[in-house]
Amino acid sequence: MIDTMFSRPQSLFDQLDAMHRLLSRSLGADGAPGGIRSVAYGAFPEINVGRTPTSVEVFAFAPGIDAASLDVTIERNILKISGARASFTPARDAKVQLYANERPEGRFSRAVTLPDDVDPMKVEAKYRDGVLRISIALSAAAQPQRIAVK
Amino acid sequence: MADRNELTTTKPAESNQRPVSPAVDIFEDAGGITLLADMPGVSKERLDVKLDGDNLSIEGHVEMDLPADMRALWAEVNMPRFRRTFTLSRELDASGIEANLKDGVLMLRVPKQAHAQPRRIEVTAS
Repeated sequence: MIDTMFSRPQSLFDQLDAMHRLLSRSLGADGAPGGIRSVAYGAFPEINVGRTPTSVEVFAFAPGIDAASLDVTIERNILKISGARASFTPARDAKVQLYANERPEGRFSRAVTLPDDVDPMKVEAKYRDGVLRISIALSAAAQPQRIAVK
Repeated sequence: MADRNELTTTKPAESNQRPVSPAVDIFEDAGGITLLADMPGVSKERLDVKLDGDNLSIEGHVEMDLPADMRALWAEVNMPRFRRTFTLSRELDASGIEANLKDGVLMLRVPKQAHAQPRRIEVTAS
């Protein structure tokens, strides 16, 4: 009756697109190198890591999470992000039909190896629009310094 | 590879890049259909829910204030734009759609037309 709502056109282009996405994800977007602790396609949340002259910025794409349930720890330069995502889908019974269930739910945990020169005491974490952003300052010695010429 | 300085593109000029299909949950109960879509990084201002005839499309641009001098160490995702389109069927009440975006999750509720709601037919014995 309402199959048009959930059937996806499986045209050749859609399949190619899906394959391209799978490849680009498992190889890292844009060919950027992946860390040994970042696993293949399908991990939740997906993580991007960037570096500025003064900090390392970690972005975890984790929509629909209660910020209070997020657990972020740094131990021996390993950043761990864990938490749980509540399920919105109702229990399957005779009255409810489930057509698509692609969104991951339940407990998750991921780890990221940080560069050696970060200062684990200076960390800031913010959660906005479903993206967890963690800024870890570089240690003072690793930050660019201007040397006065006498 | 041309420009590795960008983790996630935010410039509108690059919005012609191929969009990513957001992961969805869709379920139906007696009153209508509920759709949940994961769109992390999309704010209310950058979300577009459009209805064109029977076509319901959701589109969102990822917006994050990235430091200009940041370079990527690694990136698992490159998702400047989400987009997915669904076809509604006739017994759904397109004018009654409600949309709510919270923490990067879009929740859409599409109610059924009043006459399409299940109704119990009384059987009277004569």
